[in-house]
Amino acid sequence: MASRPAGDDRAVTAPPVARLEQVALSHGANKALDGVTLDLPAGCVVGLIGPDGVGKSSLLALIAGAQAIQQGRVEVLGGDMAQAAHRRRSGPRIAYMPQGLGKNLYPTLSVFENVDFFGRLFGHGKAERARRIAGLLRSTGLARFADRPAGKLSGGMKQKLGLCCALIHDPELLILDEPTTGVDPLSRRQFWELIAAIRAGQPSLSVLVATAYMEEAARFDWLVAMEAGRVLATGTPGDLLAQTGAADLDAAFIALLPEARRAGHQAVAIPPRPAAAQAEIAIEADHLTMRFGDFTAVDDVSFRIPRGEIFGFLGSNGCGKTTTMKMLTGLLPASAGTAKLFGQPVAAQDVAARRHVGYMSQAFSLYTELTVRQNLDLHARLFNLPPETIPDRIAEMCRRFGLEEVMEALPESLPLGMRQRLSLAVAMIHAPRLLILDEPTSGVDPVARDAFWRILAELSRQDQVTIFVSTHFMNEAALCDRISLMHAGRVLVSDTPQAIREARGAATLEEAFIDHLQEAMGAEATAPEAPPTPDTTAPAPAPRGFDPRRLGAYAWREALELQRDPIRTALALIGSLILMFVIGYGINLDVENLTFAVLDRDGSAASRDYRGQIGGSRYFIEQSPILDYADLDRRMRRGEISLAIEIPAGFGRDLARGRPVEIGAWIDGAMPTRAETVRGYVQGMHAAWLTQRAREGHAAAAALGSFTLEIRYRYNPDVQSLVAIVPAVIPLLLMMIPAMLAALSVVREKELGSILNFYVTPVTRLEFLLGKQAPYVALAMMNFLMLAGFAIFGFGVNFTGSFLALATAALMYVIAATAMGLVISAFISSQIAAIFGTALITLIPAVQFSGMTDPVSSLEGVGAFIGQIYPTSHFMTIARGTFSKALSFGDLGGSFLPLALAGPVLIGLAVLLLRKQAR
Amino acid sequence: MRNILQLGIKELRGLARDVVLLLLIFYSFTLSIHTASTAMPEALNKAAIAVVDEDRSQLSARLSGAFYPPHFTLPPLITAQQMDRRMDAGQDTFALDIPPNFQRELLAGRVPSLQLNVDATRMTQAFTGGGYVQSIVSEEIAGFLNRQDGASVTTVGLALRARYNPELSKAWFGAINEVISSITMLSIILTGAALIREREHGTIEHLLTMPVTPFEIMASKIWSMGLVVLLAATFSLVVVVQGLLEVPLQGSLALFLLGTALQLFATTCLGIYLATLAGTMPQFGLLLILVLLPMQVLSGGMTPRESMPEVIQTIMLLAPNTHFVMLAQSVLFRGAGLDVVWPQLLALVGIGGALFVLALRRFRQFLR
Repeated sequence: MASRPAGDDRAVTAPPVARLEQVALSHGANKALDGVTLDLPAGCVVGLIGPDGVGKSSLLALIAGAQAIQQGRVEVLGGDMAQAAHRRRSGPRIAYMPQGLGKNLYPTLSVFENVDFFGRLFGHGKAERARRIAGLLRSTGLARFADRPAGKLSGGMKQKLGLCCALIHDPELLILDEPTTGVDPLSRRQFWELIAAIRAGQPSLSVLVATAYMEEAARFDWLVAMEAGRVLATGTPGDLLAQTGAADLDAAFIALLPEARRAGHQAVAIPPRPAAAQAEIAIEADHLTMRFGDFTAVDDVSFRIPRGEIFGFLGSNGCGKTTTMKMLTGLLPASAGTAKLFGQPVAAQDVAARRHVGYMSQAFSLYTELTVRQNLDLHARLFNLPPETIPDRIAEMCRRFGLEEVMEALPESLPLGMRQRLSLAVAMIHAPRLLILDEPTSGVDPVARDAFWRILAELSRQDQVTIFVSTHFMNEAALCDRISLMHAGRVLVSDTPQAIREARGAATLEEAFIDHLQEAMGAEATAPEAPPTPDTTAPAPAPRGFDPRRLGAYAWREALELQRDPIRTALALIGSLILMFVIGYGINLDVENLTFAVLDRDGSAASRDYRGQIGGSRYFIEQSPILDYADLDRRMRRGEISLAIEIPAGFGRDLARGRPVEIGAWIDGAMPTRAETVRGYVQGMHAAWLTQRAREGHAAAAALGSFTLEIRYRYNPDVQSLVAIVPAVIPLLLMMIPAMLAALSVVREKELGSILNFYVTPVTRLEFLLGKQAPYVALAMMNFLMLAGFAIFGFGVNFTGSFLALATAALMYVIAATAMGLVISAFISSQIAAIFGTALITLIPAVQFSGMTDPVSSLEGVGAFIGQIYPTSHFMTIARGTFSKALSFGDLGGSFLPLALAGPVLIGLAVLLLRKQAR
Repeated sequence: MRNILQLGIKELRGLARDVVLLLLIFYSFTLSIHTASTAMPEALNKAAIAVVDEDRSQLSARLSGAFYPPHFTLPPLITAQQMDRRMDAGQDTFALDIPPNFQRELLAGRVPSLQLNVDATRMTQAFTGGGYVQSIVSEEIAGFLNRQDGASVTTVGLALRARYNPELSKAWFGAINEVISSITMLSIILTGAALIREREHGTIEHLLTMPVTPFEIMASKIWSMGLVVLLAATFSLVVVVQGLLEVPLQGSLALFLLGTALQLFATTCLGIYLATLAGTMPQFGLLLILVLLPMQVLSGGMTPRESMPEVIQTIMLLAPNTHFVMLAQSVLFRGAGLDVVWPQLLALVGIGGALFVLALRRFRQFLR
């Protein structure tokens, strides 16, 4: 492939594309890079080789500007990457494709929309974008899939799409982090052909690639071999081979390792299986099929694996390997066909059968919060090993898998190879007869991989354990007794590696595999139709300070994602209506239907009159009379009565003679608000009864000193709870839901990795935040209209003021609410924490400190301070003012001002807190 | 049984390493309760009142002097025009208008009227404060008349006593309410969010390849998370509520804790159920708000149940919180015993059991 036309001399004469001096980087206690000094030549393909976790990705992220520099100096394209100004200028000249299939793509967006988004970020006009996208999609063979969501592409296609997104702005430096990991060999070959074609058209392009595949690296121009955060060696592939005297790069890499790491390494050689022919059949799959909806993940797969065999399963990501394995373990019930383990059909509920099987899933799935010993111990107990044998068994496993040194360590602190050995030890703890291993060596360095396979060989040959293993590596496939090639849910061929190779007349297993794939894919396997023609007719505009187009790009994309996730939108819109309904009807501040009973020791006309006064009101319902104090006590304790009235003996007589008498009233104080209201009612009714009696008795005398107190309930003359509560619910709901959605929209990008696009493109923090915010502000305004409409027409609350004033305030308010979510998202990186955080800073202040039930002026201490500055308080005043008090802008100036300020202040805070680089 | 124990211990170990969650648990059972309880205004606190004195007499001065903190703010003397503006802007909840010649007409027996304007959009203060203003005005006028001519007006006394909480301190009530909210919120979040996270990390799937049943996984989560919340709640009641806030608790703590355990059984099951319904964390977050808020607002902890519409009262009987709030109020404030609260305990068992069955069925499908 890409042999440079100009030869090696250019790498020496041209100024380097990147220079690193004493660069060090650590994540917590982990040292990712340890004093790297390196000049990377321009205009050629530079490869970083080495296993996972040696610092390749960190190095690339530093060069791309995605990672903040901790120590040392990084110069890229002739400028210091520590300076934000240089990063801004050079952003459009660098393209970065992070590790992970489609990591920086948006799965719900279509192929076209993904590329379009990147085009917008770099400020191309509409026509220019359309032209470029058409060219890129045509040349990568993706044109036919332009409308397919990126999440539904195969691994190879995702990587091609990633490349399109990276190339949209004509970069001078293309950084690819493991672009072909997890991609099938055919797509891998096509990918490199594409890169070669691009470089042929644009010879000045520098390409920086990290890879774990040594056979790929052999075709690069210049290599950097890395180990444990340090550079082992640099040079052309030829140099490295010559330096070590090795036959291939795998061997060369091992030879370059320090003595200690190499110790005990020997090439894997698996003794042939004793040809004791018809052994017991361990796994038997018969026409296994798995459908998810109308998608067939596994299509009519059959195989028989005898006991003790190492059976390899090859195929690209998403071809059905993992699904097949899950059906074999009983994790997934098959849609059709049967699977048998040792002659027994696999059933999902069959707990006993699982004792024979050890399973190691693709991703590390042990408990990271438990130590190595605790993990082993837990699994031993779950498999019901007799407790007295467990310590011995654990010790034995540790010896065998070399874990003695790290027994008390947490898995996350271990290197990947060690973690994989731990997973295998856990899978083996109960001495199963069958091991199912799903890509156990992805990302493990060659030395550790060889050690791993030696263990597998031993298990198979000595202990007669059957091993069913999936892998991407052809050299591992060659070690298996038999292999199956799988593509798009179907098994293409199944035989010994040698037989497969020979049947196709291919030199290597990989070529044979590609041959099979091409045959199977037929139409889909279109090679690039035309190499992309880089054109500089319309170069990307130089980045400006604040560009509404980039803001628009983020807003447009966020809106599309929101539109593609109808569940979230529906929950937000309909959920808020339900909540309003529930709270509006539920929080009833008119205390009514209170139960009371009387202990009447008098039984006179006067006492009956008094009882009637209370019982006749709409607030109280009289219960059967109280017999004595014990009865009173009992009934109040049970909560049967909220009020007890005691009328003393001789009440009527004393009253008539004008002697002072006293009526006793007990209120259930368990609920203070209610008790408070009851007290008010009783006092009022008592006073009213007295006045009435006085009038009836001696009208003339009573007149002296009498007065009336007219109470005018303003704004809500009937004192209806709905009128008081419904306008207050709108601010409450418009705070919590928009804040949470906005916070999650950013934190989700952080968790899923697409935040990298923000790190490495010229988009500024303000553009990013405002762009993310805009769709949620629009959604919240829609929500506001629905809530206001429901309040007016559903609940029948009178709207008396200026709707324009309310709507303006609502707009300011939702801007503040979403900005509050953005502030949280700036310093929180997990979704759980974001949910917690938003609930904490919105729920309590909005419900308790913003005047919903108790006015802000009555609060004390911290609560009062929060209430005064919290935007909900001000919007609550405006909502009530416009709903019930017939007010407009002029009357509410005092509340509009703080509300208008809140949004900009919060956004400013979020901009300050948000990082433009990973730390 | 052994598996349930082992897996539960695993959950506890995992929680012990999650500093953020631990801090959150600590916060919600200590500081949060303390702040909420102390920020709660006492019965009537600093209710904003203004006086429009058009009389300018001895009596009207006496009336304006009768309002002072802590129940009321010191009333500014304003004009009738200012009154409308101030009330519109929400500056005053009450405005007492004393008309011209009020004192003269009162003494002449012409039954003059005072006007009390109340901002009825602030319902809580409108009701309680209205009563206060009424009785303060009556007392002051009676006192004034007594001093005028020494004639005492015989009245029928009313001895009002509040039981269980004689001062009607909202802080007591607020503290207990907050404990209940924390119990519900944390138990749902701890189990639900942890389950979603375990699925995202693939550890749940790994468990299922072992001889462990979904029932065992679920039961282990319930007992371990339930235990954590139970311990935190006990600590909170004894140290924060009884100790720091000096709230006298009446009934048997053991009985309340039994109720708490049953409530936790129901809410942890609910947490698992919600997690199986929500596919992703954002959906879980929204669902959480949708369920948690009505449960807290309508359970009878914020406003009395008997004032809610019949339908809502009936529907809310399905929520465990409703019964738990009743139980907590009966036991902790009124000192009720098992003879009183057994229906609530029974209801909690029933709701918890139903949620458990429902959650287990969904959980099995969720694992597919």
